[in-house]
Order: sequence, then C-alpha cells, then structure tokens
Amino acid sequence: MRGPAFLESLEAAVPGGVVGTNLEAIDPWVEVAPAAVADVCRWLHDSPETGFDSLQCITAVDWFEPDPKKAAKAGWDPHLELVYHLWSTRARVSLVLKTKLPRWKDDQPGVPPEVASVAGIWRTADWHEREVYDLSGVVFVGHPDLRRILCPEDWEGFPLRKDYEMPLDYHGIRGR
Amino acid sequence: MSQVIDDDPRIIEFDVRTDEMLVNMGPQHPSTHGVLRLVLRTDGEIVSEIEPHIGYLHRCAEKIGENISARQFIPYTDRMDYLAGMNMNLGWSLAVEKLMRLQVTEKARHLRVLISEMGRIASHLVGMGAYGLDLGTFSPFLYAFREREKILDLFEEACGARLTYSYITVGGLTADLPPGWLERCEAFLEQFEPIIREYHALLTTNAIFVKRTAGIGVLSPDMAINYGCSGPVLRGSGVDQDMRRDGEPIYTAMYDGYAFEVAVMKDGHYPRDHAYPAVPADAVLGDCWHRFFVRMLEVVQSMDLVRQAIDQYSACKGPLGEPVKVAEKIPAGDVYLETECPKGQMGFYLIGNGSAIPWRVRARSSSFSNLSVLAELCHGCLIADVPAIVGSLDIVMGEIDR
Repeated sequence: MRGPAFLESLEAAVPGGVVGTNLEAIDPWVEVAPAAVADVCRWLHDSPETGFDSLQCITAVDWFEPDPKKAAKAGWDPHLELVYHLWSTRARVSLVLKTKLPRWKDDQPGVPPEVASVAGIWRTADWHEREVYDLSGVVFVGHPDLRRILCPEDWEGFPLRKDYEMPLDYHGIRGR
Repeated sequence: MSQVIDDDPRIIEFDVRTDEMLVNMGPQHPSTHGVLRLVLRTDGEIVSEIEPHIGYLHRCAEKIGENISARQFIPYTDRMDYLAGMNMNLGWSLAVEKLMRLQVTEKARHLRVLISEMGRIASHLVGMGAYGLDLGTFSPFLYAFREREKILDLFEEACGARLTYSYITVGGLTADLPPGWLERCEAFLEQFEPIIREYHALLTTNAIFVKRTAGIGVLSPDMAINYGCSGPVLRGSGVDQDMRRDGEPIYTAMYDGYAFEVAVMKDGHYPRDHAYPAVPADAVLGDCWHRFFVRMLEVVQSMDLVRQAIDQYSACKGPLGEPVKVAEKIPAGDVYLETECPKGQMGFYLIGNGSAIPWRVRARSSSFSNLSVLAELCHGCLIADVPAIVGSLDIVMGEIDR
C-alpha cells in the first residue's frame, strides 16, 4: 500500500491527523498534527496493512535563524520540527513522519514545548526521546523516565537549539 | 538456640539473598568497552535492575556538523565508531551523495565494497577478541589483534592512517590503491582463512565459552525489533534483515553483482553451516552465543565479498573519479540513509539548505539502540553474566555518545 491509498486509510483511521505531505521529496514525508502523533503512530504500528514495527530515529530540527537579516529571507517562521523515521521489517519499507511544534511552550522562552511520547509503542523511542529532550528541548508527555541522557543531569539549556550559548562556566571548567 | 540458627546454611543463604545492594560498574571498568557506567540493583548474586549511564564520550558531533561543510564532517564520522572508521565514512558519504544525487564511478564503487568489507572484518575481530577478554580468556584477543594489525597495515598503505581513515569520502575516495596492494590483500586473505578454524577452537566450541554464553541473555525477535536493535544483535535473534540487501537503492546498488547470503539462522540452520562448528545443544536463538556466532560468520562472508570485490575492481578500466570540493554546496532538502555497519544499522540524517554547510546533521547510532535493550536482557541474570551480555552486544561508546 503506497501513496494516495495509504494516505486515505491513514486519514480514515485518524481524522484530521494528516496536515501536509510531500511525495516528490527524495524521502517522501507525511506531516501530522502534533496532537495526533500518538494516534497516528499507534495506527501505523498496529494496523496489519502498514505494520511499521520498528522506529529508526527521532530527530528534532530547530528552524530558527539567529541572524535577523537571514531570517527575513529564510521563507519559514521559527519553529521546531520533529522527524520520525519508521521502518517495517516485514514489508521493508520506510516512512517519514514530521510534526511542527512551537519553539517554546506558550511563547515563554526556556519552557520546552510538549508532544505525546511514543515510547509505549516502540521502545527505541525511550532513549531517543530522552536524547531529543536533552539536546533539543522537547518534553515528551507520557515518557516513563524523561531525563537527560548525554549531558550531565545539572546541565542547563538545550545545545542543539540554534540560539544556544555555551555556559561561561561549568563547575569551575571554562566553557568559552 | 541462636547459635543453631546462625549455623544453618539455608538461613545464611537466605540472608545473602535478601541483602539488596547497589553495585556500580564503570565508568572505567575493563569489561564495559569504553566509558560506560552500569548501576546494578542486586539481590545476592541476582541482578534485579540495571541502569546504564552514558554520555561520558559526548563530543557534540551533531552540533559540529552544523558548522562545517559536509565533506569536512568525514573525519568526525571516523571518531564515532572508531573500530570501523571506513564503514562510518561510507555511511555519511552515501547520505550526502543521496542528497546531491551523485553517483560514483564503477571503480570507486568496487573499491568501496572492498575497503568497507575489510573494515567489517577488522571490527568483528576486535568484537571477538574483546569478548574473550570479557569472559576471562586472554589468548583470543592476541590472536584477533595479530590479524587485525595486518588489515590496519593494508589500510595504512592505502590512505596513510591506521584508525581514523577518512578514506572513503563524498564523491569517491581520496586516493587509489598503491601498486601491489591487491596482491598483498589476497596474500592476507590466503593466510587468514585457515586461522578462522583457530578462532572456532579457541572460543566458538570451547566448553567454558559455551557455558558462559549459551542460553544467556536471550533476546526475542519481537523485542529486538521493538528496541530498534540491528546488525548482528538483530540477526542473532533470527530476524532476516541486512541493509546491504534490504536497504535503500543507493546502498544496495553498491552490492549489485555481488553474491552473499545474510548470516542468519533460518529453519534451524545457518547458511552453509556444514563448514562451521555445529550449534551447541544449550544455545537458544537470540542468546549471547548466537550473536557471537553471527559475527564469526560475517567475517567469512566479508572475506568472500572482498575476494569478489578484488576481481571486480581489477576488471574496471575506467577512472576512479574525483571527490567533491571541500566547500561543495549541497542542495536544499533532507535525506535519511541507513547503512549496514559492523555494529548494526548506522543512520545519517542530513538537511541541506543550499549552502555548503548542512542545516542539521543527525547520527542514528546502532550501538545506542543495541545498548538500550540491556536492561531487559539483564533482568534476573547473575552479576557474572552482565559482562557476557554487554560484550555480546559489541558496543562502541564513541558511537553511542557521539
């Protein structure tokens, strides 16, 4: 099941879930509404006709240009994008899901945006979501144990944000 | 009266069992393959819970990738899985080439197969030797490193480096092979082939080794898939998946014209298993022994592929082609590509915005997902089995922490 037929059944399973697609891209992708991420993923995993039993990767992309001159020409509004790469071991096909989040929850700088966790669907997501939280600052609601994974527990800020600044000092170690 | 109770061995054992203790392994423990810290919650000798702490080797590779050009990132991929630098170079190069819609020449394609399969042999030799070390036998380590040294010598002749090669690069390879290299490589294979029997005698069929690994840390296929395990860890559980055969066209096209069978147990036997030692009676599909055995089979498989690549490469008359410029611009768009590295499926996600510097670089590490299953595997095992299970996953911390 590929292309339009697949999108129709996805739309039927999760009404209003799909908000955009790009089937001409090198890796075609489907954009889903942030509130529908968990439902869409559950359907993709459970439905026998799709059977995406494996999650390869979760990536957060910070679409933010610190330089105001370049930002005016960028062609997009600042936002955070989550990219899910799914894989079906039986059908050997992949699927790319994207969802757009605000950079900060309720426009309060420093307060990370929230999205539903998929760690209950694919256990891969457990560590991947911890990494995304750690480096890009996204809170996954419903995650069993959301804490930093690569950075120290008392680290401040989210290093993969485009406006991140290395701390001047960390426990007596000079940062920059 | 109290004297009688204290001397009763059942009571003493009972006391030991109820004494719950937190045991810290690492980060500088010899059997944790780098700087990995494990916190075990133990009840006597039984592990009830295990919590891996990672990040000691975090070097911000993804952030660095957002500040340098795509080709400049090649040396950073070397330092992820530093035991298989060639394969990491290949994964990143192919991802960038996928975005640039670039195709390398036939000669470069065969040379890449040749080099990356040699890299796989070298990586599996370390995996095997270090696994013996984890289980308390020193000799296999020396035997494995003796042969790995010869591969590193060959790599050094080809590109000048022994560990961090940056040989395979975007658009091809940095240099062609020096004269006489193919003959020396063939001589190595000739000399290496009979030695594999020694490895099987030292480890695969060794009674102590079988006792330590067979039936230990059994990973079911469903759990392996759900945890995103890949490579020998996934195939050791009997899941028939190898990205060299099942991956994306840009990667599988590299292996066009090559014959190889995926090393996985199907219908109770491994491919061409008559030439290898029999599976011990105690071994269960998905246990430490099978993960180890899949790696051993892949060494033979890679030798076969190297031989085919030597023939194909020698038959190529065309040029090797030139790599792209260091500051070559990459088009706007995003691509994701997974390649079959020795440790598992290594994925690179790359977003270009028309300039030379990628907007976002993401490295999906195979060892990262392979390690995350550890808590499940170690639940209820003995403390002594923890190194056996960690070793069987064959992780590299440089790739996990990036």
